[in-house]
Amino acid sequence: MGKVKVATTAMTSCFGCHMSILDIDERLLDLIELVEFDKSPIDDIKEFTGPVDVGIIEGGVSNDENLEVIRSFRKHCKILISIGECAIEGGIPAMRNAVPLKECLEEAYLKGPTVYNPKGRIPDDPDIPMLMNKVYPVHEVVKVDYFMPGCPPPADQIWAVLTALLTGKPIELPYEFIKKD
Amino acid sequence: MSGQTVKITIDGSVVEAREGLTILQAAGEAGIYIPHLCYHKDLLPGGHCRVCTVKVNGKPINACTMVVGGGMVIENDTAELNDLRKSIIEMLFVEGNHICPGCEKSGNCELQALAYRFGMMSPRYPYLFPAKQVDGSHPNVYIDRNRCILCGRCVRSSQEKDHKRVFGFEDRGIQMRLAVDSERQLAETDLAAADKAASYCPTGSLVVKRVGWKMPVGTRKYDKEPIGSDIAGRRK
Repeated sequence: MGKVKVATTAMTSCFGCHMSILDIDERLLDLIELVEFDKSPIDDIKEFTGPVDVGIIEGGVSNDENLEVIRSFRKHCKILISIGECAIEGGIPAMRNAVPLKECLEEAYLKGPTVYNPKGRIPDDPDIPMLMNKVYPVHEVVKVDYFMPGCPPPADQIWAVLTALLTGKPIELPYEFIKKD
Repeated sequence: MSGQTVKITIDGSVVEAREGLTILQAAGEAGIYIPHLCYHKDLLPGGHCRVCTVKVNGKPINACTMVVGGGMVIENDTAELNDLRKSIIEMLFVEGNHICPGCEKSGNCELQALAYRFGMMSPRYPYLFPAKQVDGSHPNVYIDRNRCILCGRCVRSSQEKDHKRVFGFEDRGIQMRLAVDSERQLAETDLAAADKAASYCPTGSLVVKRVGWKMPVGTRKYDKEPIGSDIAGRRK
C-alpha cells in the first residue's frame, strides 16, 4: 500500500490548530512514514495535485475564497475532517455574525478609535476576498465526515484520530481529549 | 415526608426510595445519575429544560418534578433517552452564541459538561447566531444573554435564597429572554454581588466580575471527570 495522502488548510481561524498538529512533536517522524502531504501550509503546496484520502479543515467559511477552497477540498478528499471550534461552530470569528457586515467594516476602517484612514475608504481591491454576511461552520457548507473539537484540539487527540484513521482501527478518544476550549 | 420507603426500578435495578422525594432525588441518593440542567439541588425544581426526562412505565416525564410512587418502572440510561437529551443540548447550543474558547465559565459550565458527556461533536441543527444583549451596567455582576439558556435558576434563587425578585422572563418562544426588575438595566436593581442568585448560573450568563480565568486548565470542575461522576460514585 502506498502512503496515505493528506491535505490541510486554514481558513477563517488563527492557525492554532495547525500549531497543534505540529505539537505532536517527534511523532511527526512516525507520521511522515505513513502519510504524504498534498495541498497544505505544511509543505506550501497551493493546489491539489490529485485525489487525496484525508482532508483536514481548520477555520470557518467567511469569504468567497474560503468557499472555493472548501468546495475544492470536498471534491478532492475522500474523508473530510473539521478541526477546531472555528470549523465546527464558527468560533471567535463568528462573534461578528450578530452585527451587520456594513457596521463591522465601518468600525474596522472608519469609526474605530484608533483608525487612521484619511481617504475614508473601505478596502475594495478585487484581489481581496469578498466577505460573506456571516461566518459559517464548514459542515453547513459541505458534508463533513468527522469532527475534532478543541481550541485547539490537543496534540494527543490529533495523534489518536490520525493513527486510528491510518491504521483502519475504530477511533477511541478518552474523556479528557475532547474539549471545546 | 413520612420516612416510609417505596420500591422503584431504575434501568432494571430495584431502588429503595424515600416517599416524597422526586425521581431525580431518589435516583441521586441511590447513586444513579439522571442528567439534568435547570434543576439544582438547593432550589425548587423548575421543569424547564427537559434534560432529566425519563420514561415512567413507558411514558416520558420530568424526573425533577415527578414524585416517586411504589412499583414505578423507570428507564433512564437508554440510547433513545440519551439521544433526546443530546438533541436538547444541541438545540441550546445553536439557539445561543456559546463560544466556549472565549468564555470564562468554560471548564466549569454545566451546558458544556453535558455536551462532553453526550459526546456532542457538532450539533445536528444549523446555528442561528442570534443577536443578544449584554448588560455590564452593574459594578460587580454582568449578564451575557448570548450564553443564557433560560433555565430560570437565577429567577428561582433570587426569590428563594435572596428573597428578592431581581430576575424574570420576557416574551415567549424563541424571543424569550432574561429580564431584570428595572426599566432598563441590572445596575438599577437591588442585586448585590453577594447575592446567591449570581452563583447558580450553570453557564457563563450571569457572572460575578473579576473572578474569571482564575482556575488553570486541567483543574476545572469538568476537565477530568464527566458531569455526574460524583453522583454515580455514590452507588453501592
